[in-house]
Amino acid sequence: MPFIDIVPIGKFEEPSLLPLQQTLSQVFRISTRVRHHPIDLSTVYDPIRNQYHSSALLVQLINGLPGDTLKVLGVTELDLFIPIFTFLFGEAQLNGPGALVSGHRLHNPFYGMPDNQALFENRLLKESIHELGHTFGLIHCFTLRCVMNTSTYVEEIDQKSASFCRSCEEGIRRWRNEHLTD
Amino acid sequence: MDQQKVSILIVDDEFSVRDSLYNWFSVEGYRVDTAENGEEALKKLQEGPWDIALLDVKMPGMDGIELQKHIRKIDKTIVIIFLTAYATVDTAVEAMRDGAFDYISKPVDPDKLSVLVRNAVNHRRLVAENIQLKQKVEELALQDEIVGESPQIKKIQEMIEVVAQTDATVLIRGESGTGKELVAQAIHAKSNRRYFPIISINCGSLAEGLLESELFGHEKGAFTGAQYKRKGKLEMANGGTIFFDEIGNISAKMQMDLLRVIETKQFTPIGSNKIINVDFRVIAATNTDLERAVAEKNFREDFYYRLNVFSIHIPPLRERTADIPLLGYYFLRKYANSMNKKVTEISPEAMKLLTQYDWPGNIRELRNTIERALVVVGKKGRIEPEDLNLLTSHRQDVTEIDSLEDLEKFHIQRVLERTNGNISRSAEILKIDRVTLYNKIKKYNIQR
Repeated sequence: MPFIDIVPIGKFEEPSLLPLQQTLSQVFRISTRVRHHPIDLSTVYDPIRNQYHSSALLVQLINGLPGDTLKVLGVTELDLFIPIFTFLFGEAQLNGPGALVSGHRLHNPFYGMPDNQALFENRLLKESIHELGHTFGLIHCFTLRCVMNTSTYVEEIDQKSASFCRSCEEGIRRWRNEHLTD
Repeated sequence: MDQQKVSILIVDDEFSVRDSLYNWFSVEGYRVDTAENGEEALKKLQEGPWDIALLDVKMPGMDGIELQKHIRKIDKTIVIIFLTAYATVDTAVEAMRDGAFDYISKPVDPDKLSVLVRNAVNHRRLVAENIQLKQKVEELALQDEIVGESPQIKKIQEMIEVVAQTDATVLIRGESGTGKELVAQAIHAKSNRRYFPIISINCGSLAEGLLESELFGHEKGAFTGAQYKRKGKLEMANGGTIFFDEIGNISAKMQMDLLRVIETKQFTPIGSNKIINVDFRVIAATNTDLERAVAEKNFREDFYYRLNVFSIHIPPLRERTADIPLLGYYFLRKYANSMNKKVTEISPEAMKLLTQYDWPGNIRELRNTIERALVVVGKKGRIEPEDLNLLTSHRQDVTEIDSLEDLEKFHIQRVLERTNGNISRSAEILKIDRVTLYNKIKKYNIQR
């Protein structure tokens, strides 16, 4: 049975991953599990930027995947970057196995606003579905409410829903038909 | 432009930059490719068209600035965006002077890049639309609507070619229906102003106050009923051509106002204190005897000389009957096509009638006659004399008229014929004002 593995990176409390695990399982109709995987953060840390190199982290994340892992989602509180960009909410391999999402810039206090745990969890869920969606071959969607709509501001994450539009839903279904035999 | 079809070429010597941007744009739905140096980029550009090129400023060998120059030789329309480190911002600014669309400093804010590329796509779409529209304008300019083989028409065509290349004011003379507006349009279409509008205004059809408001525009509340600010035709013609039809019919005050505008290329909208600068070419047309009007002090001499820099006289159709068959078949093809009728011929008898008729309404009347004939022609495939309805429409006998309205229509028609369609003179004879006459012409559908 294939799994979507959720891998906490750095300090991330396991119980807080439970709602995410359950919802992702429902959305993708694939079993999910929390798995631990060794990551060497010292090699991906950039002291000048005080950030972590997302692509390099992703390479470590997909290294030595178990045979029953269909997709892997790294979840972290670290601030991610790639050299060309100032920051990233997350990164994924289009049609590949790995995706990564950071909660660092999803917290209200990062923008000087009062903390709101429910809002944070909602944002993290949307970005997790979004990045995993890319691993199922979905590109950014023009439908404003679709979870695959591009978000470069946190407000844009709040504006979209946690669901796929009909076209993206169809994309996921097609991917499942082509790659899964259930 | 559909985002899915937009292609982006990323040129950067750093693998991580190429790789990151490749992934970023791929998930955005763009068609993406990368090149690690100028030579590889040029090779890919020669293989096919690209919409956007993202170029690193600093690269070993050929740098981004030099690459831009080579790219422009291959493709003038590609949108170029420079990726620059803070140290090379000045160079990127320099590159923008050479035609780059924009630059963005590394590391890039994802939202800024997203917005920049969206703007570049819109820019590219607008440039493509602009090229298409220019081609359309060129095609329209090439469609020679002034039909005729007679020496008079050949001469007019030559005059149009010559005067179109200048910015001189043109005065077009000719009877009503001879195609004065068509000549004005041809001059505009062949001139350097062709990508800007040609604005026409019929000076004879508007009362003085209305004409002033139409030409100069007005501010909100400038007069009763001016609920909104309105741009005048003079301002709308900026960059292009303004065509004053029936210029002989404007009042002395309006002559003075227009003379000032033409001389200074400046005016003030009604109710405004803001001076507006405009740049347009003036073409005027009239069927009035302006020289006589000047002699009788009904038309300002200085205004007359300002308009009459280059004069084109269009002869009435009865003076160039050799062109009637050509014109007849031109309108036949045009209207048969638009009405989807399979009529390809004018019978010799019908053509004889057309060439013998004196055409007081000139080409406009001929055009309407052919159009009307095509409506009634049925399935015959050719126009016959009975389809033309020429004599009955023009040589009506008074004794056959049985209502006051018919009598009025007939009388107006006769006066208009006698004055060669001159509205002012006709109105004077009929002892009504010009606007009333226009309304009656419209009401009775009188062909002038």
